Amino acid sequence: MCLGVPGKVVRWIERSGPLARADVEFAGVRRVCHLALVPEVEEGQFVLIHAGIGIGRIDEAEAQRLIDDLARLADGADWSRTGDQP
Amino acid sequence: MKYVDEFRDPEAVRRLVEAIRRMATRRWTLMEVCGGQTHNLLRYGIDEALEGCIELIHGPGCPVCVTPVEAIDAAQELSLRPNTILASFGDMLRVPGSHGTLLSSRSKGGRVAVVYSPLDAVEIACERPLDQVVFLAVGFETTAPATALAVQQATHYGLDNFSLLVAHVCVLPAMQMLATAPDHRAKAFLAAGHVCAVTGFAEYDEFVRRFRLPVVVTGFEPVDLLEGILACVRQLETGVASVENCYGRSVRREGNLAAQRLVEQIYEVRDTPWRGFGVIPRGGLKLREEWQRFDARQRFSATPEVAACATECPAGDVLIGRIRPTECPHFGTRCTPDSPLGAPMVSTEGPCAAYHRYRVASHAGK
Repeated sequence: MCLGVPGKVVRWIERSGPLARADVEFAGVRRVCHLALVPEVEEGQFVLIHAGIGIGRIDEAEAQRLIDDLARLADGADWSRTGDQP
Repeated sequence: MKYVDEFRDPEAVRRLVEAIRRMATRRWTLMEVCGGQTHNLLRYGIDEALEGCIELIHGPGCPVCVTPVEAIDAAQELSLRPNTILASFGDMLRVPGSHGTLLSSRSKGGRVAVVYSPLDAVEIACERPLDQVVFLAVGFETTAPATALAVQQATHYGLDNFSLLVAHVCVLPAMQMLATAPDHRAKAFLAAGHVCAVTGFAEYDEFVRRFRLPVVVTGFEPVDLLEGILACVRQLETGVASVENCYGRSVRREGNLAAQRLVEQIYEVRDTPWRGFGVIPRGGLKLREEWQRFDARQRFSATPEVAACATECPAGDVLIGRIRPTECPHFGTRCTPDSPLGAPMVSTEGPCAAYHRYRVASHAGK
């Protein structure tokens, strides 16, 4: 039910108000999504789409940080020391 | 797909499993409260990879499963009214009410439209001004912004033929109820990533302070899930309990403020009946007074709410992790996805459906 899919904002169709929407691309497939709740997103950035609406922006730096952590893990780093310490 | 495939890397998964196994000095019991996570934990065999090391129990993370029987009854009733279209997510069509399902209403001539988004239901209302369109608004905090936006759009268009049958539920009150149950077993929680994308995770601070249970905001891909599990184990092994975010690419501490403001504008919290649980204080949402004209229950005097319904399905025990789906006497015999006795076997995200699909069906095929 809470499925969210990351998609790339290709082109804003309407930028403000309750009908704000854009073409969003998912692995080559385009669909119009409602982006009234992520008005700050720019074309080329990624958003998280749930039930046809954008509920958040994907933080690409954060995604890269985890990918880098995974790479260090593959290099034999001690995973217990990575990540946000509690 | 970008931001999905990277987090399914088998080598990273293997190393994370090893790291968890190295770190855990005892068998910890963790609970997730999101049906999407339940599904992926079984789909990717994470529960089996961590067998003997981590026990994963599954909380009430499937909104379809906890939607009260009454909401289904009311939806069925509305679908059979003249000039009325009941619009719903596909997951709800086979959930049993007191007298069959929305699918069986369809076979009796009921008009049930399956939509991907509540905003598609608004579009139907625009295209069919002579019909009343009612959207069955189920889901957690992740979905409430979409139905709130539907109300805002319907207002923008001046529609008087669109309304909501609201059955939204909130995840944190259910976690609080679980944590106060005398027989609760979870030593830490994986918090639902996409709920937190909307709500943020500051609201979990008080929960952690009160119950001294770690809460780790966790995503959905195998690497995300294992990272969340590892963070839980790290906290438990070091005697710490805090709120930690392991899904930073989608979740920020403050959440999505625009979405929160819209939900706050349209809805207010209320004590809400959950299927299998009874009434959970502040466990769901209702339309605020000024939006009552969008309330299908009032507009059509639909079936009033009741909390409980006699059923042979021990959904409540399954949905709080008291019993595993496979421990239910009806699992796989009288209750299967083709002929479900209860909602946890119907919804694709229900724990019983997940066990049936990824354990019974896949093992039978080997």
